[in-house]
Amino acid sequence: MSDVLLEIKKLNVFYGAIHAVKGIDIDVKKGEITTLIGANGAGKTSTLNSIVGLVRNKKGNIIYKGKEVSHLKPDAIVKSGIALAPEGRRIFPNLTVEENLQMGAFFRKDVAEVKRDLKWVLELFPRLKERLKQMGGTLSGGEQQMLAIARALMANPQILMMDEPSLGLAPLLVKEVFGVIKRVKREGKTVLLVEQNAAAALSIADYGYVLETGNIVLKGKGKELLANDEVRRAYLGVTV
Amino acid sequence: MKRISFKTNFILTVIFVIGSGFMLLWASNSLGDYWARIITLMAIYGIMATSYTLVNGVTGIFSLGHAGFIAVGAYTAALLTLPIQQKAMSFFITPLIWPLNSIQMGFLPATIIAGCVAAFAAFLVGYPSLRVTGDYFAIATLAFAEIIRIVIQNSYSVTNGSLGLKGIPPYTTIWWAWGWLLVTLIVLGSFKFSSYGRALRAMSEDTVAARAMGIDVFKHQLMSFVVSGFFAGIGGALYAHWLTTIDPRPTSLGIMLTFFVLIMIVVGGLGSLSGAVLGAVFFAFSAQWLRIVESPMNFFGLTIPGIPGMSMLIFAVVFILIMLFWRRGIMGRDELSWQYIYNHFSKRVGDQD
Repeated sequence: MSDVLLEIKKLNVFYGAIHAVKGIDIDVKKGEITTLIGANGAGKTSTLNSIVGLVRNKKGNIIYKGKEVSHLKPDAIVKSGIALAPEGRRIFPNLTVEENLQMGAFFRKDVAEVKRDLKWVLELFPRLKERLKQMGGTLSGGEQQMLAIARALMANPQILMMDEPSLGLAPLLVKEVFGVIKRVKREGKTVLLVEQNAAAALSIADYGYVLETGNIVLKGKGKELLANDEVRRAYLGVTV
Repeated sequence: MKRISFKTNFILTVIFVIGSGFMLLWASNSLGDYWARIITLMAIYGIMATSYTLVNGVTGIFSLGHAGFIAVGAYTAALLTLPIQQKAMSFFITPLIWPLNSIQMGFLPATIIAGCVAAFAAFLVGYPSLRVTGDYFAIATLAFAEIIRIVIQNSYSVTNGSLGLKGIPPYTTIWWAWGWLLVTLIVLGSFKFSSYGRALRAMSEDTVAARAMGIDVFKHQLMSFVVSGFFAGIGGALYAHWLTTIDPRPTSLGIMLTFFVLIMIVVGGLGSLSGAVLGAVFFAFSAQWLRIVESPMNFFGLTIPGIPGMSMLIFAVVFILIMLFWRRGIMGRDELSWQYIYNHFSKRVGDQD
């Protein structure tokens, strides 16, 4: 499987005078895990937010399944099959876990399939099943991250985009979250993963891009990047 | 924790509604006209407060324009029900324009039309205002409500300007008011717990996340604003026929009314419909009760003259105290349901053993 599902060409993002993303090209291939790594302010989140339409001030092409989608609003993009688990989890604290999950499937009218997906998601995250009637805000950080991913999966997306799922989690939980991402891939979903935790992200990614102040400075297969001296020195803290 | 089944819930609610009906029947027959009027006002305030809390509580956008839509509803309904001779008498400076000068209709159609006109006004105000968020939205809606008031004050040929409308037939009885409150609660209650209502609550917690879920935030906020405007108009229509005279002073259908309703929904708990009703009942009752402090008093041989506006001062202090120490209000975000009562009751029992 190597056909490109999502193609980003010469994407530029601006916040007022600040040029956050400077003409990057990214290919997301079907059924693979693609990762964007980089330090704070490299433009990773801006890239994801502009794909899903949350950032309006952008230039360049975003081509999904051969169609230009960069002009679409978030609701149209989510409907077309791109879901985002946003940075910092952003679950709804005063909605129950169940309601949070239903929000993920908000635009879907296929009641029977939503039910089936809910069952599937709860199988994937058995801990959420125990907490269905609990308020989202009462969950622990790790559980909230699981909920954020589960909520995005409820949209039945073709591409699941995750923004720093390891943010603020204990190492053991990071491992658990990345295990889940691998399982999501095995279920046939395409994943676009943004991470600062370069080691963890590259070890599960098929393909990776390294972003630095709005430019792509390196790209390659996950394992290759993991072995790359520059990446090791800059992001993995290994002295070479 | 046991969950109360839908059937039990439904039966209990029907019993409760019928029981309340008998209570109101008793109240209107044996408490006298004065209290009957206050109890009617409670329901009118209840309609205004529940529609306001849909926007400010459930949807989580802070509007200060509610009185504008109430005023639109009040004037629309009054102009439709006023007897034709009364209109000719009132509009002595500038005659009322056609066709309003030759229309007189019943209370129910006038109220519904008032709701629709107010909903349309809410659409016109909401469409531009909802482009901005937070404090700016509050200021924009405040300004629009003031614009509505000024327009009413200066459109002599439609609203009789600052002379106001008088001789409005006193149609609003306990039954009309509480009947409409029941309708309002049923409609807004099912709205709040529909998938749309869930989207509104999600938006109020995290707009960006809601947007990432594919919710068209603007569309949903506008819808909630228009639904709220409709019931504000209904409340205004009932209010006009309760007062029997309306005018565009800021203290009657202006910013003061918005603040009154704001006090009700904050006391009741922002986002709770049943809380808004409780807040309205509390407000209507205490506003009457506090009249005592405005009348001359004999305080241990010392005669204090009546101070007009004293009750407002006390309200302000109470409001500040609530903000400081009891921010949840009576109900918080919860609804006073049978499940809620059951949970509280079973918790109490659980504590004892």
